[in-house]
Amino acid sequence: MRDIAVVAYHQSDCLASAGASNEVELIMPVLRQVFDQVGLHNAQDVDFVCSGSCDYLQGAAFAFVAGVDALGAVPPIRESHVEMDAAWALYESILKIRMGHADSALIYGFAKSSPGELPIVLSQQLDPYYLAPLWVDTVSLAALQARLMLDKGAITEADMAAVVARSRRNALGNPRAQLAGEVSVEELLAEETYVSPLRRHDCCPVSDGAAAMIIATVEQAERWGKPYARITGIDHRIESHNLGLRDLCDSVSTRRAAAAAGVADGAVDVAELYAPFSHQEIILSRALALGESTAINPSGGVLAGNLMMASGLSRVGEVFRRIVEGEAGRGVAHATSGPCLQHNLVAVLEAA
Amino acid sequence: MSDDAVTGIEAPIYLQYQFTAGRAPARFLQRLKAGQLTGQRCPGCSQVYIPPRGACPACGIATEEEVVLSDKATVQSFTIVYIPIPGNPIEPPYIVANLVPDGANISFIHLLSDCVNDEVHIGQRVRAVWKDASEWDYSMDNIQYFKPIDEPDVPVAQIGKLPVSGWGAGA
Amino acid sequence: MAQLAAVIGTGQTKYKTKRGDVSIAGLLREAAVAALEDAGLGFDDIDAVVIGKAPDMFEGVVMPECYLSDALGANGKPMLRVHTAGSVGGSTALVAASHVQSGTFRRVLTVTFEKQSESNAMWALSTPQPFSVHLNAGAGGYFAPIIREYMRRSKAPYDVGIKVAVKDRLHGARNPLAHLHKPDITMAEVEESMMLWDPIRLLEACPSSDGACAMVIAAEDAVDSSAKPPAWIRGGAMRSEPTLYAGRDEVNPRAGRDCAADVYRQAGISDPRRQLNCAEIYVPFSWYEPMWLENLGFAEEGQGWRLTMDGATSLDEGGDIPWNPSGGVLSSNPIGASGMIRFAEAARQVRGDAGAHQVAGAKLAMGHAYGGGAQFFAMWIVGADKP
Repeated sequence: MRDIAVVAYHQSDCLASAGASNEVELIMPVLRQVFDQVGLHNAQDVDFVCSGSCDYLQGAAFAFVAGVDALGAVPPIRESHVEMDAAWALYESILKIRMGHADSALIYGFAKSSPGELPIVLSQQLDPYYLAPLWVDTVSLAALQARLMLDKGAITEADMAAVVARSRRNALGNPRAQLAGEVSVEELLAEETYVSPLRRHDCCPVSDGAAAMIIATVEQAERWGKPYARITGIDHRIESHNLGLRDLCDSVSTRRAAAAAGVADGAVDVAELYAPFSHQEIILSRALALGESTAINPSGGVLAGNLMMASGLSRVGEVFRRIVEGEAGRGVAHATSGPCLQHNLVAVLEAA
Repeated sequence: MSDDAVTGIEAPIYLQYQFTAGRAPARFLQRLKAGQLTGQRCPGCSQVYIPPRGACPACGIATEEEVVLSDKATVQSFTIVYIPIPGNPIEPPYIVANLVPDGANISFIHLLSDCVNDEVHIGQRVRAVWKDASEWDYSMDNIQYFKPIDEPDVPVAQIGKLPVSGWGAGA
Repeated sequence: MAQLAAVIGTGQTKYKTKRGDVSIAGLLREAAVAALEDAGLGFDDIDAVVIGKAPDMFEGVVMPECYLSDALGANGKPMLRVHTAGSVGGSTALVAASHVQSGTFRRVLTVTFEKQSESNAMWALSTPQPFSVHLNAGAGGYFAPIIREYMRRSKAPYDVGIKVAVKDRLHGARNPLAHLHKPDITMAEVEESMMLWDPIRLLEACPSSDGACAMVIAAEDAVDSSAKPPAWIRGGAMRSEPTLYAGRDEVNPRAGRDCAADVYRQAGISDPRRQLNCAEIYVPFSWYEPMWLENLGFAEEGQGWRLTMDGATSLDEGGDIPWNPSGGVLSSNPIGASGMIRFAEAARQVRGDAGAHQVAGAKLAMGHAYGGGAQFFAMWIVGADKP
């Protein structure tokens, strides 16, 4: 199978509201950044383009169609779209390269979640007959999961606060982050609960923005002469939608994806995990068997800013960045979708 | 299946959104409230887009330069619609046309009225009929409809290429 | 470099206005189980699941793969959801194929669907956006002016669309799964049907259907489970262009021409009318048959309507290049599945599995889908012979 290289990545600032900007205005500056990193003119200079977005975030059908206006798609281009996080657009692009129909690909994800109420919008992701009519929002479902873990003794509230404190501290070094700061576990635990047992800081913020990446075969990356990181493994798995059928204190699908991606085949210097709630980072770290030697979410992770539909791609991008900057030799990126970590993607990146 | 089998439930979905038009469309709407149609010119291919979205879809580059357009236009194509539009009180049949305003290189959709339906044709010249200025808002509905004007037809090859000064005697 | 892949099973639901007897999940499962049975496999044999549908707003289920994983036996496996507007049925098939052609998986299940009775597509396509003039009377209102421009350019007689509407309904009458069964339809009946979006009459437009279509795509070493021969994928291509740009040819979009050229090159086709035995082409409004005959190179520009009028695309008239022997989108239209039905029907033809709408001896067939403002295209060519 052909080796895949990540060559460029950029993410916009995570903003609570991108104000008047529309999809095209959100996407274009981010695309410009990745094109410039490689020295490309526009999407005509790659073999394939794939994006991830969700119509319901903006509240208009065919949001991705407007995105095509940002690409310079004249003459027509090879292009596809997933109604998923752009990490899955990355997955589709990798298959395209592996089958030899492309040597390079542009991937982007974008979201303007601020126009709606994201946790409520995502309640309509649930079974349309039994659960969606109950309007159970994502925060409440995550709270159920956290409660299970606490009552079982699998975590303490202090463990959750420690995740948040580290995220805020790490985010101080991330100019794109929405929430950053020096805050102690004690201070966090003194805050009131929001949706018990979750406190507001246990939940990721809602952010507007976009992220983009360029990948290629290793040969193409060499021709471009740009620093790159190799994706040595990538896999994703879904599990039951029925929360009652799942062990919510574990992430079986993450374990499976990690095994298939070869996470355990070497040391993990850095891991970027898509954990929208503090306790979920602990579930994921355990499922990935990450130890003391792994720096978890050095960017602050999505607790510091969550670009719905792009955050998964950003996790891969953040690991890529640390590898090409020499901070890490091998890292793991994770993306998630669905209520309580239903669907998980794991990628392993290594230095060239 | 027994007669009392449940084959459906009503589960209405209400979601509220604070919709934003985008930076470039917002500028367009501000000018429209003042009774003016504006487009944006692409710095790459020089084509003028209306309504502007902040990018040239052909080149994929940002557009900034604002261009004031005429409210005279040419019919690029049209359809006579015999069914109602959900949520629009308009009575069928009505004509929906793709219109290119003078000075622009792309068509937009609007109503064509005050005309003989059977005589509407591609290349026909039309002009905006505006609401009373006191009713103007941030909306394309400031123009009630377009109606035919007494100017010679535009040859098909020229549609979408007219200058803002227009067509006919002065062109 | 791509690994060989073949369709080894297809499954479709009966298409009808309302399937009140099944849930959304039940609808998909029906097609999936039929495809697996056709392939001689069970859910446990499947390595990955790829689904597709048109906008989530059609049924109001956000990112429905989450809800559908249980019904499709996807738990513990990779599951992907494709959305490329109306072309999604075709592009989903191509993405599913890439799972095998990349050498990553051996057997992939792919399913597309629309349950229009649990939704309001007209509403979802026409949600009033503040600030823009609200004149969106469904897809027909968008495509009617483009059809008018084709009629002007080609000087085609007014009844070409009527002929297509009759031809595809006669084809559909042979297909027990088709939504519309009109074995006695006449030119006069179509002509007298209500004008909706001039020049599109009611019977020149597609119906609104509930339904799902599924396929099993397998690697070269995994094609033998089915009792029927495999349909080898000889080429697959996608192209996109913006909805509107200055100078865009909306009648004969370049994205369609480029996509066809790409898929023909892969399959070694220089003369599609002669080399292909039949084609399943996305024709939701009758006039799109002559338009796509030209766009896809079956006829010279401006001449597509002559093939239609000569009966070249008709099974009943013994045409040399039958188009939409299944009845096409004009006979059944579960939007998100409509593209995949074209792809699956092409596979059925070369497997000799098309029943009363079989094109005798079909060896090479094309499946086609388009979407958006005729700006997204997906095509494949399947063959009875291994490449």
